[in-house]
Amino acid sequence: MIRLTADTFDPGAALNRFTAGRTVTGAVASFLGIARGEAGQATALELEAYPGFTEARIAAFIETAIHRFGLQDAEVIHRVGPIPPGDPIVLVLTAAGHRREAFEACDYLMDYLKSRAPFWKKEYGPGGARWVEPTTRDLADIERWRETEQT
Amino acid sequence: MARVLLFGRLRDIAGWRERSFDPAPDRLSALKAMIRRADAALADALDGPGVQAAVDKVLVRGDAILTPGAEVAFLPPMSGG
Repeated sequence: MIRLTADTFDPGAALNRFTAGRTVTGAVASFLGIARGEAGQATALELEAYPGFTEARIAAFIETAIHRFGLQDAEVIHRVGPIPPGDPIVLVLTAAGHRREAFEACDYLMDYLKSRAPFWKKEYGPGGARWVEPTTRDLADIERWRETEQT
Repeated sequence: MARVLLFGRLRDIAGWRERSFDPAPDRLSALKAMIRRADAALADALDGPGVQAAVDKVLVRGDAILTPGAEVAFLPPMSGG
């Protein structure tokens, strides 16, 4: 499941909802991304999505992760709009029979979200506003999965 | 009529987010020609590196056919989440 929200969300409540009623799940892994404030750096962040299109692309990443890692379930909650430092931006939840699959799928989904998800990110800092594109680190991170896709 | 949506820096270049173009262009190239007549700087940006087009929320390549009322989105390189 994928949910985009313009409002802040409660990661603990989302984790509890995701975990509730599971009797055959041995592992739930989670990743929470937080808007980072750096001294003198970006003072505000704005994420733009293309409603409908963005959800469909992320839903496709989730489907791929479910098949690739044999997950029982996965969920992504992502903020859009203006996001103040310290607020949660993204929560990824994965459920599997065992921990390795849950951890790896969570890592995989975050790498896809950071480099392939249809978001446009604007940072407002002391030097003005600028549009951000994926960093070389983000692109290197996603390459890790490409190598193993061949095998 | 074709409905055009702009995202990211394209929106800043154009100064708008959404606009309708009449009469309905039958191809993406015809729509881009209409945009060029209205705003050459925007048209150049649409042809810039990494800009993708989506028709009715599906990515297209080349000179896609547009049906009347089509929603055409121009997507600059994605930032990721």
